[in-house]
Amino acid sequence: MLYREAGQFKATYAADQQIFPIRQDRIAIAALLLVAFVAVPLLANQYWLSAILTPFLIFALAALGLNILTGYAGQLSLGTAAFMAVGAFMAYNFVLRMPWLGVIPSFILAGLCAAAVGIVFGLPSLRIKGFYLAVATLACQFFVLWAIQRIGWITNNSPSGVITAQAVEILGYAFDTPAKKYLLTLAIVATMALLAKNLMRSQTGRAFMAVRDMDVAASVIGIPMMKTKLLAFAISSFYCGIAGALYAYTYLGTVEPEAFTLDLSFRILFMIIIGGVGSILGSFLGAGFIILMPIFLSVLFGAVSHATGIEVSHAVLSNLELMIFGGLIIFFLIVEPHGLARLWQIAKEKLRLWPFPH
Amino acid sequence: MNVAFFFEVLIGGLLAGVMYSLVALGFVLIYKASGVFNFAQGAMVFFAALTFVSLVERGVNFWLALLVTLAVMVVLGMSIERVVLRPLVNQPPITLFMATIGLTFVLEGLSQLLWGSQPHGLDLGIKDVPMEWLANSTGMFISQFDLFASGIAAVLVATLALFFQYTRIGRALRAVADDHQAAQAVGIPLKHIWAIVWAVAGFVALVAGLMWGARNGVQFALTFIALKALPVLILGGFESVLGAIVGGLIIGATEKLAEVYIGPMVGGGIESWFAYVIALLFLLARPQGLFGEKIIDRV
Repeated sequence: MLYREAGQFKATYAADQQIFPIRQDRIAIAALLLVAFVAVPLLANQYWLSAILTPFLIFALAALGLNILTGYAGQLSLGTAAFMAVGAFMAYNFVLRMPWLGVIPSFILAGLCAAAVGIVFGLPSLRIKGFYLAVATLACQFFVLWAIQRIGWITNNSPSGVITAQAVEILGYAFDTPAKKYLLTLAIVATMALLAKNLMRSQTGRAFMAVRDMDVAASVIGIPMMKTKLLAFAISSFYCGIAGALYAYTYLGTVEPEAFTLDLSFRILFMIIIGGVGSILGSFLGAGFIILMPIFLSVLFGAVSHATGIEVSHAVLSNLELMIFGGLIIFFLIVEPHGLARLWQIAKEKLRLWPFPH
Repeated sequence: MNVAFFFEVLIGGLLAGVMYSLVALGFVLIYKASGVFNFAQGAMVFFAALTFVSLVERGVNFWLALLVTLAVMVVLGMSIERVVLRPLVNQPPITLFMATIGLTFVLEGLSQLLWGSQPHGLDLGIKDVPMEWLANSTGMFISQFDLFASGIAAVLVATLALFFQYTRIGRALRAVADDHQAAQAVGIPLKHIWAIVWAVAGFVALVAGLMWGARNGVQFALTFIALKALPVLILGGFESVLGAIVGGLIIGATEKLAEVYIGPMVGGGIESWFAYVIALLFLLARPQGLFGEKIIDRV
């Protein structure tokens, strides 16, 4: 009854093409942003802000980056963590060596560095596809981590490769508490998500999707293959690079190259698969799911062992968690291969008809 | 440059490459028959080796343990096909790939839950020592275990080749690999064939697990050898058993040579990515790998 666009007439092209054409959606988004920007920092405690919400936003941004590449442009990549690492370590270097630059421009430059790396390792995509490409992006994953560990300049000659992110200060305002860091992350992520949403509705986004659906056909209708594929790699790596910089600056504070292993790439890939491939919303849903599930599982195990009185060793628990995690992923893929975003879409369709069946 | 040393490194590399091929074989079998890129092959190798070594350590006779592990792997392979992949038939390849990554987690958790996570040594009765007569006559140090492993690999490949070439099931497997629909049209039961392929992949995982386990000890790091096998796969082509062997040899040899001759120049530790870069450069010239099927684009 409530969710229906009946009576909302579009009189101009601008009105017809806006991001959220249905008024209820606009209200919902506005309410969501209001909650995220105002209510959450006021109400959530330190633990939630610094251990769950901030990483959630950062991973959602990285997942968004990967989704642009894999979901929209159809190029499977397993090097996401490497692009994040480039972002994190280059942001550190820009802030360290050019302190007059400011944090945000440093982040952007770091993102551009990640984009450059992305373009280099995206070059094979012009020749190879599918799993061959996926394995090729593994080269990026291993090479970048190796380079960070070997080249002293990148880590400012830190012996174990560990860097400590400098304090974040923008125009003299220090982002030092979890709430402030959360707000900074949220602002960046929200802006970039909006940009991505608009980009995917533009000619560029449509070109990506054409390449994904059938690249030969796309080139036949005049889409420049090289430019489109490399642009997809560049934009995706830029997003992942910014996510990496945030990972170092607003979440962990201290990072080592080992934080960006293949496992992280897989986690982000899981996020987009479970959330929904080729969906902005899906990146957020997937990130939320992957972040919350281990927490939920450990709470569940705690409750079960408390209720039954059976003490289970930590090793058994972590193995069980691993199994359930893997099992749930398989289960999800079997039950809903299009991800949570699809479920949301179905729910919306149903809502539009409710309470009448037709 | 010392010639004997060069050959020692080269032969050592080739033999190490055979070990990569052993793992790559498992990937190729499944990819050929069902188009699934089975990332869980590494976890299967780990599971097989851990099961075997745990049985032996609990006092089970060597051959009996081998038989039991083989049975377990066959059952495991078949149940993976039944539970995980059959419901996912006709999904895009990336979905299947993701499912096998999920499977990797399940297998890793399961094997450590069953047998514990401490590393084990595995003794197959072959010492990993250089052969004396060769060292005395030519000055090259070649491990006799490596030679043994390549012998096993040769036997395995020959067995598989005979199986594929001359048995009824083998011919059906090749038919399915060629064209699913045509195979089904002439009455080959696809489901059975896939179950058999997974069982065979389980068997190959067991052999690879024994070899690698005897080499490096049975420990969690064994799951990472899947990552070693991937460059072999893209170099050789996903669909070719021969490619897996030749690719393994090339990767093994170049990797060892690069480690010895290029490694010191850039600070060492290049083995983690060098194989990938070789494979990548190679792909730029030949996108389907050495022996892969030619990719034909149709609009």
